[in-house]
Parts: sequence; structure tokens; C-alpha cells
Amino acid sequence: MASSSSYNSPCAACKLLRRKCMPGCIFAPYFPPEEPQKFVNVHKIFGASNVTKLLNELLPHQREDAVNSLAYEAEARVRDPVYGCVGAITFLQRQVQRLQKELDAANADLIRYACNDIPTALPQAPGTSSFQPLTPRNRLPEFNRRNIGDGGGFYQVSGGALPYSFPWNDASSGDINDGGGEGGM
Amino acid sequence: MGSGRCAACRYLRRKCTDDCILSPYFPSNNPQRFVSVHRIYGASNVSKLLQRLPTHLRAEAADSLYYEAQCRLEDRVYGCVGLIFLLQQQIHAAESQLIKTQAEIAVMKSQVQHP
Repeated sequence: MASSSSYNSPCAACKLLRRKCMPGCIFAPYFPPEEPQKFVNVHKIFGASNVTKLLNELLPHQREDAVNSLAYEAEARVRDPVYGCVGAITFLQRQVQRLQKELDAANADLIRYACNDIPTALPQAPGTSSFQPLTPRNRLPEFNRRNIGDGGGFYQVSGGALPYSFPWNDASSGDINDGGGEGGM
Repeated sequence: MGSGRCAACRYLRRKCTDDCILSPYFPSNNPQRFVSVHRIYGASNVSKLLQRLPTHLRAEAADSLYYEAQCRLEDRVYGCVGLIFLLQQQIHAAESQLIKTQAEIAVMKSQVQHP
């Protein structure tokens, strides 16, 4: 987390807004002057005052992640003005569906082999099962539109990689973002 | 729209003109849709975004803005990016499970072929 309110260096927000960057500027910790595009995107899509309102509603320890997710959404919307992040969500939801079908088919094959060959069937190790359907912990409504195509707009990439990785680490996902694509913001 | 204002103009307490850019996408029978979008993006940002797009793409854009706004209202910290994380985790888990299952099938196949 960078702070630019030291010395005379205004943060990227105050530089763009052409105002004095005061000590305690709410943007300064999250929009360092070395990353001007981050605030340009966020301001273009959300507006500085909406971002201020949002940050003021959050606890200080939540603000960095909030700003980074806003920056991610803003960049996605700048790159794909029609679908924004929703393009990526649709793409990923289709991948989940495709994988579920493949998993169902593989499990069906496994059952077939197990039934045809019961005496030599492998014992299941305790606590493991091959028959685990995907159950999303938290399903939001799918975004279904007529012409969204194969993931929509900008997000037609092969191999399941997002166009760009997340700029911050999420401890719970570990190395999930390995296939994050062409670099961060 | 005759005497009926769209949800945006009603909320903003202004006259809804015939060329109101928001009215096709924020009808008066769904006021909450505009409220959500306005809270996150602001009416003028939404208007600017839509104005930059060709007309035939604006409906999709308005829908996706509404979807993202809803996500942000439900999760103030991560918005729809939280869902992206979740989906990536699901994909990772499913791929691992698939590899494991396919390996088990390969073992069983070889046992059937070479008892």
C-alpha cells in the first residue's frame, strides 16, 4: 500500500482532479502517483465522489481490496464497454458448466468400469470420492442475454485464462491465478 | 413517453424528454434497477457510457451495468470480482477432480486390458 502524501507529491487522484493532496486524503493510500491509469479508469467509470462514498462506508482494512476490485472492474469496463466484468463471469460460468459435464461423463465411465470389473475395482480411500458434483457455495443469477456469444466481447480467450491477472494476492485462492494471462494492472 | 417519465428521470426529478438516453433501459415499472445503477455509477457516468456505444449494444451494456451494480451493493468490498474469484476456484477444483477421475479410469482400463 503506497502513500504519496509525503513530501509534495500528490496522489494520482488529486493530480487528476487538480487539487491539493492533503494529509489524510482518502485516495492517497490506494492511488499512488506512479499508477495514474488506475485512478483514471476508476474515475471514468465510477466517479471520484462515488468512490469516496463507498470507501467511507468501509472499514479501513477493507479499503485496499475494495479499491483494487473497483480498479479491476473499471479496467474491464474500459476494455469492454458493453459487458465489462460480466463478460469474464459468463465465460467462467460456461467453463464451470463444461467441466461439470466432463466430470459427469468421467464419473459415468468410472462407474461403468467399476461395475464391469467389480472383483478388481479399486477400493475407495476413506474420505475421498470421485462422485462429487460441483455445488457452488454462492450462486448469483447467471447473466443470460441473447447475443452474448462465446463469453462476449473482450473475453474470448482460449485456455480459460483471464486477459489479466488480479493485482493483489488472495490468500484463500493460493495459486489460483497462475493462468491469469497477460500481466497485472 | 407521453406524460410517463422513465425511472431515471422520475428519480432525478427532471423532465423525461423524447430523446432521453436512459429511458429505453430504465423503464418506470422497475425503479429499483435505476436506483442500483445510480448508487454505484451515478446517472451521468451511465449516460456517458451508453452514449459512447452504438444503439444496438446499449441494452446489453445497461444490463451488465445493473448486474455489476447489484453485485457491488451485495458485496461492498469485492463486488462482482468476488464472483470471479469463486468461479476460478470452482474451475480449479473441477479440473483437479477431473484429472483425478481420469487417472482412476486409466488405471481401471489397464486392469481390464491386462488382468
